[in-house]
Amino acid sequence: MGLTQNATVVDDGLKSELSKKGIVVTTMNELYNWGRRSSIWPMQFGLACCAIEMIATACARYDIARFGAELFRASPRQSDLMIVAGTVTKKMTPQVVRLYNQMAEPKYLITMGACSIAGGPFIDGYNVLRGIDRFIPVDVHLPGCPPRPEALLYGLMELQKKIDSQVIEKTEWYQKGLTREFPIPELGPRGLVPKFNPEVWQPREVDHRKERYGQPIVIRRKAKAPDLDAAPAPPRPAAAKPQPTQPPKPTV
Amino acid sequence: MKAEDIRAKLEKNVPSAKIKVVRDSLLVENPADLHNVVLALKSDSDLRLDYLSSLTASDFVDYLETVYHLYSIDKRIGPVVLRVRVKRDNPKIPSLVAIYRGAEFQEREAYDTYGITYEGHPDLRRIFMWEGFEGFPMRKDYEQEDSETLDKDDIEWLDRNGVKVPDEMRQKALNPPAPAEDKPATPPAS
Ligand code: SF4
Repeated sequence: MGLTQNATVVDDGLKSELSKKGIVVTTMNELYNWGRRSSIWPMQFGLACCAIEMIATACARYDIARFGAELFRASPRQSDLMIVAGTVTKKMTPQVVRLYNQMAEPKYLITMGACSIAGGPFIDGYNVLRGIDRFIPVDVHLPGCPPRPEALLYGLMELQKKIDSQVIEKTEWYQKGLTREFPIPELGPRGLVPKFNPEVWQPREVDHRKERYGQPIVIRRKAKAPDLDAAPAPPRPAAAKPQPTQPPKPTV
Repeated sequence: MKAEDIRAKLEKNVPSAKIKVVRDSLLVENPADLHNVVLALKSDSDLRLDYLSSLTASDFVDYLETVYHLYSIDKRIGPVVLRVRVKRDNPKIPSLVAIYRGAEFQEREAYDTYGITYEGHPDLRRIFMWEGFEGFPMRKDYEQEDSETLDKDDIEWLDRNGVKVPDEMRQKALNPPAPAEDKPATPPAS
């Protein structure tokens, strides 16, 4: 009976049988991943409204502590996970990228909310970055505006699955010559320089937005304004207060 | 108090100022009168508009405008809306910081986004956009950059930082296609 190639892998059925008898069979890899996924320490920072949901997730009702991720660290050096919760403005982008660079490996990133995924409601704004994935790699995209706390917990569970699937010898942060430093963009005269990092992100070949709405993103000048001196438009039904000079006409 | 009444009052107190009623607001026709008008409104014993709740700007294509919302906390009057219009090419309005301290950041914001210069402001510089940002992004003729294609600057920056740039993008950035016809986009139907 020669050794098969997978001799070290105990199949799940046998494992569970053994565990009923009080014998735990595991591998170094599983143990290591179990430890990592059960103590993901997120970094304590929020950028906009999504941060409020993140705070709610950390509080007693949703209690992220059930997943071992309740220790929000105030320093990037001590955290495993960055939750980009909120709108990333162009002015804030260099700081976010710098914080990500400062985190120790292994590090993970969840983008929380439509804003940090792609700019969200502000996608046409002059001041908002259209997705943090333009500069740093993202592990879990979590859509919503804002995602509910349950969704954040689900995102965390997805991340745990990802961590579980990693194999120690193959993980990139144990490879030789790994540098995961991402260049920090600069603030230029019209926006960020560069607009994205082509090693991390490239524009889609098909612009789904254009296909769907039939027009490119409006970046050209708009040149029409209401004329205030003209006769005022008839008040909308939801006008704030009835004018005392115009009492409602009694219906005859 | 109605805008018309306030106008009559101002006509008496500040006879030099020309004031027009636009909808429910008072248009101060000459920006130079603004100080006197606001001081008169603030010190008037019936009005006592002691609180500047908001100072905003807007772009009406032909002119730029600053809108002031004044309240009286004491008399519970408000809002009294003042408008000042200035030309696009030389937008200068006297600053209200000396009268209402709270105007400071709001004037900086209006300066930042619309490029209106508030004369007499103690520290007029950008507040939201960074130093070195060019243009005034809320003006109607501001053209945003196209954030899906790289420019020459970007390529240079990426080369300096040792980032690999696909040839196709490099080509596109160095030989940009001729800009499209510069027609104003049709405004969306209101
Ligand atoms: S996605 Fe929605 S809730 Fe989240 S930061 Fe953006 S606007 Fe706010």
